[in-house]
Amino acid sequence: MVERAEDEEKWLAAGIAGLQQNAFYMHRALDSNNLRDALKYSAQMLSELRTSRLSPHKYYELYMRAFDELRKLEMFFKEEARRGCSIIDLYELVQHAGNILPRLYLLCTVGSVYIKSKEAPAKDVLKDLVEMCRGIQHPVRGLFLRSYLSQVSRDKLPDIGSEYEGDADTVVDAVEFLLQNFTEMNKLWVRMQHQGPAREKEKREKERSELRDLVGKNLHVLGQLEGVDLDMYKETVLPRVLEQVVNCKDEIAQFYLMDCIIQVFPDEYHLQTLETLLGACPQLQPSVDIKTVLSQLMERLSNYAASSAEVLPEFLQVEAFSKLSNAIWKVIEAQVDMPIFGAVTLYSSLLTFTLHVHPDRLDYVDQVLGACVTKLSSAGKLEDSKSTKQIVALLSAPLEKYNDIVTVLKLSNYPRVMEYLDNRTNKVMAIVIIQSIMKNKTCIATAEKVEALFELIKGLIKDLDGDLHDELDDEDFKEEQNSVARLIQMLYSDDPDEMLQIICAVRKHFLTGGPQRLPYTIPPLVFSSLKLIRKLQGQDENVVGEEASASPKKIFQLLNQTIEALSVVPASELALRLYLQCAEAANDCDLEPVAYEFFTQAYILYEEEIADSKAQVTALHLIVGTLQRMHVFGVENRDTLTHKATGYSAKLLKKPDQCRAVYACSHLFWVDDQDSIRDGERVLLCLKRALRIANAAQQMANVTRGSSGSATLFVEILNK
Amino acid sequence: MNYLIGAFKPSCNISITFADGKSRKQVPIKKENGQTVMVPLFQSQENISGKISIEPLQGKKVEHNGVKIELLGQIEMYFDRGNFYDFTSLVRELDVPGEIYERKTFPFEFSTVEMPYETYNGVNVRLRYVLKVTISRGYGGSIVEYQDFVVRNYTPPPEINNSIKMEVGIEDCLHIEFEYNKSKYHLKDVIIGKIYFLLVRIKIKNMDLEIRRRESTGSGANTHVETETLAKFELMDGAPVRGESIPIRLFLSPYELTPTHRNINNKFSVKYYLNLVLVDEEDRRYFKQQEITVYRLPETS
Repeated sequence: MVERAEDEEKWLAAGIAGLQQNAFYMHRALDSNNLRDALKYSAQMLSELRTSRLSPHKYYELYMRAFDELRKLEMFFKEEARRGCSIIDLYELVQHAGNILPRLYLLCTVGSVYIKSKEAPAKDVLKDLVEMCRGIQHPVRGLFLRSYLSQVSRDKLPDIGSEYEGDADTVVDAVEFLLQNFTEMNKLWVRMQHQGPAREKEKREKERSELRDLVGKNLHVLGQLEGVDLDMYKETVLPRVLEQVVNCKDEIAQFYLMDCIIQVFPDEYHLQTLETLLGACPQLQPSVDIKTVLSQLMERLSNYAASSAEVLPEFLQVEAFSKLSNAIWKVIEAQVDMPIFGAVTLYSSLLTFTLHVHPDRLDYVDQVLGACVTKLSSAGKLEDSKSTKQIVALLSAPLEKYNDIVTVLKLSNYPRVMEYLDNRTNKVMAIVIIQSIMKNKTCIATAEKVEALFELIKGLIKDLDGDLHDELDDEDFKEEQNSVARLIQMLYSDDPDEMLQIICAVRKHFLTGGPQRLPYTIPPLVFSSLKLIRKLQGQDENVVGEEASASPKKIFQLLNQTIEALSVVPASELALRLYLQCAEAANDCDLEPVAYEFFTQAYILYEEEIADSKAQVTALHLIVGTLQRMHVFGVENRDTLTHKATGYSAKLLKKPDQCRAVYACSHLFWVDDQDSIRDGERVLLCLKRALRIANAAQQMANVTRGSSGSATLFVEILNK
Repeated sequence: MNYLIGAFKPSCNISITFADGKSRKQVPIKKENGQTVMVPLFQSQENISGKISIEPLQGKKVEHNGVKIELLGQIEMYFDRGNFYDFTSLVRELDVPGEIYERKTFPFEFSTVEMPYETYNGVNVRLRYVLKVTISRGYGGSIVEYQDFVVRNYTPPPEINNSIKMEVGIEDCLHIEFEYNKSKYHLKDVIIGKIYFLLVRIKIKNMDLEIRRRESTGSGANTHVETETLAKFELMDGAPVRGESIPIRLFLSPYELTPTHRNINNKFSVKYYLNLVLVDEEDRRYFKQQEITVYRLPETS
């Protein structure tokens, strides 16, 4: 292979040398106005292009040099014409050349001057040139020759408003010329596929790829003709181009040209010819990557729709959505071997399209999702990451478009699509959903919607089948659950009854979460409930004891049970905190028994579950702090609780802790703003007790370490 | 040029001039020594007239037995060198026996001369027209002077001129249909046609259209045939597929063609053929030859 490349370099160098040498003589002839010699040397120069030894890439280099030289020759011809030499004679003269390739290059060059001179109608010359080029049946040489024809004729087409337009010459002729050149070029291009030995197929396809823009250029020129309006496109251009695309039966050509058509012509035209364009798709070779073609089309149309609201009615008028979804369905049906990734990509594009064009039509959106479900059902749960990524993209699109989970919840097929994700991706998707909610601060205001939402995010809420706990990274898990926790804020209704429903629904789901999740999920639930309670506090007078309606009592009951659930984790410290929070709330609601019950539960936890000394200290201070703020308790209850608290204080492991706890308790006996709690004696008792402990601590310290830690205790006591 | 028979030095100059020498069109011919000279052009039925001037040299006098001028139409076969067959021979006596001691001019005229055949210079045969002036002398040899002229005859466009259309092929290999727009072409004509490929199972490299001239001289056992390819015009570069139609446009003016000559005086024929040649990747040639008639159209200006 390397040898071949070197050989090619050699041949190219030789070709360039030959070309340049003849060009030199040609220039000499031009300078001395010697037409005969100019033609002779130019023909010789062009003979270098007859080579079969160069790959398209190298041939192009040779061609470009010839091209440049021919420009100079063209100028000479123009001069000759101006000096009275008959262009018609020149047109004949160049046809005397014995070899066809140089002959035709010269003919096209003279033809260019001929058209410019207006001595003949442009269409006649163009027609003659495009016909005569049929003499070159060699693909590479033919493609370059016709490309040359295209280039020199480009500015001489009888387009509307061009100087070459006449009574007989119209844009119809220009179109005819371009279509014919395109058709012949495509035929040559396709022919390359079958030339040469089978083992060189890859090389041939690469060479074909290098040449494809020569073919596509014709479509570009067509697209730029002023005179190619919608009618012309619809009646003539598109049918003829598609005819060639379909009939050539070549995968590479079909894929490239379909894409070309979509990119080159205006979106407005595509809309109006949607049926024709889509109709060609099933007729293409099965190996053509039709999904990419359709995706491109839909993407363009989506952008078109997004560009201005005025175009949207057009989409409705041509029934774009139904045509596209039918086309996609047909393609998926026809290509049974299409991988899931492909099908999902198609639906994804269709979904994007629908969201852009018919955002109000949730039924369309749901339809697309439904079709996707149907296809997925034949495949089962997905394994490959490409497909899952694509499905995540598919599901994210409505979220981004609507910025409102509530709308998305209305899509009945949405959760069904999620079913097909593997567990991990399911959770990823759930996070995406939650993020969307948080970003848009969407409020989910009914229990029904909450249920729907939780159905979607169930992967985060509980263990799904096949979950392996070891799989999950700790960090990730924390992230997940924190997301869920934050989500609770958005579940809110102004109506207390509805809010209670919501809370019950959430609770129900959370309780299925398992011991690892509860520490994350229960607290926000509790706080949400407490919020509701606070709200109800203000309204309590209005609500007259209806059984069904929400009441603080009911909620506290619920809370009690909820916090109890933490015992399976176990999360005693957390539970204790929560109990105390509830107690405080109950305090504010004047519900003494409820508050007392919460304290009882807290004390039970303290006594039975909290064993670590540090934890005890923290817990105790919490208890004391909370208790101090309670005003709802009657004397008896308060006494019991206080007594117990002090008792706990004295039993703490470390003396300094004890001391601190005890003097903290002193505050329990004196609350400035409550007359009933001003028991100076008990305060003194506490302080004295604290002092005793401090002394003992000091003594112990002197014996063991001799530190001055205990001195601070005295100071603290004084401060108290 | 003087042809001396039996003497060493020229004794006089003979010049032949045509009456309309200044206005008549001249065409080049190649002489036997390779030189190209311009000579007047005539067509059949024209009058050929002019003057002969005889000028003795160096004060000599020329004694003669008579002066005559002949108009000869000759066919010469190259394998039979020196053997001229005169198909036309006209003579005019210019002077009775006598003496020429100073420049003497004699007018001559041949009216409405039948010159049915064109001048032709071929491989094995040529047909020429010549004026021959002879000053007869008994001893010392006659003095002879020649003047060539060219005759071309014109034919109007044929009333019937059918196209040539034919389907040919090799079974299972190659089937083509070729079409040439006419069967009779004039010298400045254009061959317009097309080649349509019905079946292509071989790998074609290219296709040419040749113009071949077949000159046959003599007859019977002595027939010589010389074939020359006068033109090789490439029609197609590369391998076509079934259904392709390749256009033909071949201008005849650049090539040195002559009209078709059929059985001129039973001595020779010159015929033209179009030879369609297809060459495959292994350089095998497939061809189909077709005769065409070439004629000379009157010039318009």
